[in-house]
This record gives sequence, C-alpha cells and structure tokens, in this order.
Amino acid sequence: MEVYIEVNNLSFYRGERAIYEDVTLQIPKGKITAVMGPSGVGKTTLLRLIGGQVLPDAGTVIVDGVNIGEASRRQLFEARRKMGMLFQSGALFSDMSVFENVALPLREFTPFDATMIRDIVLMKLQSVGLRGAADLMPSELSGGMARRAALARAIALDPDLVMYDEPFAGQDPISKGVLVDLIKQLNSAANITSVLVSHDVEESLSIADHVCLLSGGKVILAGTPEEVRASTDERVVQFLQGQSDGPVPFHYPAMSYQEQLLERE
Amino acid sequence: MTLINYIVTSLLGFIKGLGNSGIFLFQSLFRLPVRPKEAMRLYVRQVYSVGVMSLIIIVVSGAFIGMVLALQGFSILTSYGSETAVGQLLALTLLRELAPVVTGLLFAGRAGSALTAEIGLMKTTEQLSSYEMMGIDPLRRVIAPRLLAGITCMPILSIIFAAVGIWAGMLVSVEWLGVYSGSFWGSMQQAVQFDRDVINGLIKALVFAVAVVWIAVYQGYECQPTSEGIGRATTRTVVLSSLAILALDFLLTAAMFGDF
Amino acid sequence: MKDKRSSLLVGAFMLFGIAAFVYLAMQVSGLAFDDKSDGYTITARFDDIGGLTDRAKVTIAGVTVGQVDSIEYDQEYYMAKVDMTIYADVDNIPTDSSIAILTSGLIGEKYLGISIGAEEEVLQEGDEIFDTQSALVLENLIGQFLFSQGEE
Repeated sequence: MEVYIEVNNLSFYRGERAIYEDVTLQIPKGKITAVMGPSGVGKTTLLRLIGGQVLPDAGTVIVDGVNIGEASRRQLFEARRKMGMLFQSGALFSDMSVFENVALPLREFTPFDATMIRDIVLMKLQSVGLRGAADLMPSELSGGMARRAALARAIALDPDLVMYDEPFAGQDPISKGVLVDLIKQLNSAANITSVLVSHDVEESLSIADHVCLLSGGKVILAGTPEEVRASTDERVVQFLQGQSDGPVPFHYPAMSYQEQLLERE
Repeated sequence: MTLINYIVTSLLGFIKGLGNSGIFLFQSLFRLPVRPKEAMRLYVRQVYSVGVMSLIIIVVSGAFIGMVLALQGFSILTSYGSETAVGQLLALTLLRELAPVVTGLLFAGRAGSALTAEIGLMKTTEQLSSYEMMGIDPLRRVIAPRLLAGITCMPILSIIFAAVGIWAGMLVSVEWLGVYSGSFWGSMQQAVQFDRDVINGLIKALVFAVAVVWIAVYQGYECQPTSEGIGRATTRTVVLSSLAILALDFLLTAAMFGDF
Repeated sequence: MKDKRSSLLVGAFMLFGIAAFVYLAMQVSGLAFDDKSDGYTITARFDDIGGLTDRAKVTIAGVTVGQVDSIEYDQEYYMAKVDMTIYADVDNIPTDSSIAILTSGLIGEKYLGISIGAEEEVLQEGDEIFDTQSALVLENLIGQFLFSQGEE
C-alpha cells in the first residue's frame, strides 16, 4: 500500500480543548478513504490540517512528501494546487457564474487561452452533469447542484488529491446517489486519492476502500469497510447502529438526578 | 487592583488588535493581484459597488445639507446685515468640515457595513477558505481591490458632496432668498483658499476613507463565521468607524487650522 | 455585458468627481490659472494691518486689480510690510497714490484700496507706496471718541 498522506503523532488544540491528541494515520494513494466519527470530533479540522489552513500544535502532516506544517508559503501554495477540496457548503464564489467559478483556477494557474479554458470547463461541467447550468449564478442552484458545481471546480486542475467535507450532509437521496457515483467515477477514472469526511455511515462504507473512525480525539479503528462492520468495539457499534446511549452517553454530564430533584433552596 | 488589571489587559488587547489589523492592511495593500488586467477588472467592479452605489445618498444628503446651511446662515447673518457672507459660510463649513465628515459617516453606514457583511458572508460560506485551498491568496484577490476602491472612492464622494451642497445652497440663497449672486460668489471666492480649504478637505476625506475601509474590511475578515457574528461585526464597523472619523477630524482640524 | 455597464457607470462616476473638483477649484475658490503669473510686485508699510490676510484683494475704485502675496513684520521700521501683485495690464498707477486697509461690510474681509494720485510717473516692479492708511481698529476709534468727548 502506497501512502499518500501520513499523519504522525498529531496534536491539535482549540483553546484548552484537545481536538486531536497524538493521532497517527495513513491515507493510501489512489484509494477512497473515509474518515468518520460523530459530530464535533474534528473531521473538518483534519482536512484543514492537510490543506495547511491550520497548523498542528505537535506532530507532522506529510502530503506527498511535503511536510505541510513546515512548508514555506510558496511551497504550501504549490502543494495546494495539487489538491482539490469540496467544502460542505460548496463555497462557490457568489459573484461569479458557475462557468466563471470553474474557469477561475484555470485562468490563474494555466497558460491556456480562452478557447482551451472554455473547452476544459465544459468538459468538467459535463462530467458532473451541469453543462446546461454553466451560465447560472450560484444563488440559482439547489444545494445538490451547488455541490456538484463545486466538485467540477475542485477537479478543474486535475488534482492528485480531492478532499470531500461532508458531501452527503443535508442532501436528498437522489443527490446522495449522484454524489456517491461521481466520487466513485472520479476516483477510478483519474486515479485520484480521495479523502472523504462524513458521518453518513451507509454511503461512506459503500464507496470507501479504507476507513478511519475517529472518536474523542483518537483513531479508534482503521481498516477496510468489512473490518469496520465486523468490529465488536462498542464505540464502533454504537456509531454504526446509531444507538442513543453507550460509550457516548445520552446524558450531558450532570449531578445525580435524584439529588437535584430533592435539593431544596 | 482588579481595575488596573482590567485596564492593562484591555489596553494590551487594543494594541494587539491594532497590530494585527496593521499587518493585515500592509499585507493586503502590498500583495496586489498578479495579472494587471484581472486586477483592473476586480477594482472597477468594487468601485461600482462601493462608489457608484453610494452616489445617490451622497448627492441627496449634500443637497439638503447645503440648503439647510443656506437657510440657517441667512437667518442669522441677515440680522447683521451681512447676508452676502452666506456664500462664505456655506463654502467654508462644507469644504472644511461637513463634506468629509458627513460623507465619511454616510460612507461607513452605506459602503462600510456592506463591505463587512459581504466579506463576513464570504468567510461564513467558506469562500475565503476556498480561495486559500485553491492556492489563491484571498487578501490580494478579495481584500485588496475593496481596500483600494474604498480609499479612492471616498474622496471623490466628498468632493461631489461639497460641490452639490454649495450648488444647492446657492439655489436657496440666490434664487429663493434673493442674495445678490455677485456678492454671494465674491464673498465665497474671497474667503476660500484652494490649498487651505479644498485640499485640506480632500486630505481629511482620504484619511477617513483609509480608516473606514480598513475597519470595515478587517471586521469582515475577522468576524465569527456565523450569521450572528456577521451582524455584530457590521454593527461594530459602523460604530468604530464613526468614532474614528470624529476623533480623527478633531486631530486633523487641530493640525490644519489650529495655528492661530 | 453586466461588466461593461458597470465600467461605464464607474467612468461616469469618476468624471462626475473630476467635474466637481474643477467646480470647487474655479467657481468656489476662484482659482484662475492665468492672471497670477504676470504682474508686478509693489510694497507698502502700515502701522497696523488689523486682520489683513494673504490673498486679500487689492482694488482701485472697488475693482480688483491684484492680491496680497505676503505680510511680514519689518523690524527696522516697526511696521507691517505688505507685498502685493498688481495685474500687468493695470500699469498706470501714479507713484504718489495712497493705499488704505478697508473692510467689506461690518464683519467682512479686509482688503486694500488704492486711491489714485496726480504724478506723471507710474509705479514699477519693486516700488513702494509711501502714503498708507492703516486699518480702523475699533478700540482705537472708541478711545479717540471718548478722548474728544472729554475735551469739550
């Protein structure tokens, strides 16, 4: 297994709160890796650490041989051009049409002329099924369409790595299905390394080659989807089956119920 | 003891904020977009949304303030028999004080708050992160054109404000109240010195412009990425820039006209 | 298309700004770019200038024929030395003319008024008008009035 992203002994704190403590994980090249875990576990933060938007407090993040935490600004921007990121909200630039959104990275980073750029943009839009929506503004798109348009933009420069931040959150079943197919197609067609951050168990397990389960700032399981499904770890079982009580307690920490009820002021 | 602690920490916080926003301003201004044609296009678009869109409110307010000044000035001056000095009064108050200050306040309310909200929204919807992940510096792509457009537009708006105000005041005093137009312009031209009044007024407008746009853009860039955070940042922009304008106006007036 | 329209409006906005600036420069501050350059300088010394300022106008028969360039204190004579530029086309002011500091209206600006003399010779660049009449200072006037009342 060839490793594309290597996270070693990573610690990251937000204020006093530890998001990650001494986390080590690998993301294999050319595969789809799903990073899963309950909300608030810092899945999106992991993507930001990989993209160098936030820097680790300890440990290293190495992407394709580049240590992101110690890269110079130029190296970092260089590395980012080989990454595409699909943000949760799509993050299309609201003052440009869909076409302009997809064309922007090409205009900034390639020497291509206008016709060439137009062809590439139409090709990318065709692959996400939105060629007909090229002239619409982002505000005119539905949530699922915005995400597909953003995906076209993320792959405009044919990146080696595409990161998906909660691609399925808040989507209807049809959009979910479309996105699942797109992610799978892209990965097999262009041999892209994909990192998928999600808490949608079924969709993620159905397309992932490799799964990392995070909980409480640590990796609790890393392996194939089959290994995840077969796991007997009660934290894994609770997450997969959506049980309301378990290692993640239903009750927010409080004093004893009985004591509080009997309390007199 | 706690009071001293409080004062010291808030003072340190203030200095830190000033330092951060100073670095921010410096980085934005000296990292212009690389492709000049693209930079021009972004700049023109911002001049449109910051300058052209503020034009109507500036023209209308300028006209009314000029007319009110003419009426008030006339009613006072006429009791000394010097109603021809209304031209002088109009031009000096507008050029030295009212045009830059009122334009600054209106600009903070109209364009400054819009800038904060727009940038805050771009931050909340991850558009700024998106630029960063694309390898495009949002400071030079998003912030710099807005800063430059704001800094160039406000002095222009201030000049327009003064010109419209004087013209409207002329209409009221000459056409309506019957001040002799020769003396009206005469007293004005006698009193107004181009370098002392027009240029100083412009310098004021320029300084206010830097303050307002700087505050607006920084507040948007640093706001909490929630809808509540945007609202708070917008309010803070208007309050801070209004205070900054009034305080700076005092300092500038003292420096420009203070040597009696 | 949308960009073209906004470019047009931005251009119009800039033009409007320039027009307003020219209006402020010409009409409001009365800048005239030609008549300042050619002219000749003359000097006068006053006991008291009483609020005369730079750029005050110089008139003959109420018509502006020049302006004050500088005012400074003359240590030798203990007087105020006023330099003024007279327009080049007003080239026939007799050397024995007198000059007075006048006030337009009760609280108006101070300005200089030249009363024409009878000499054949006319003022040239650098000449001085010796017959000067200082500004009327209100306190002095009241003082004189009271003094003359007391004498009666």
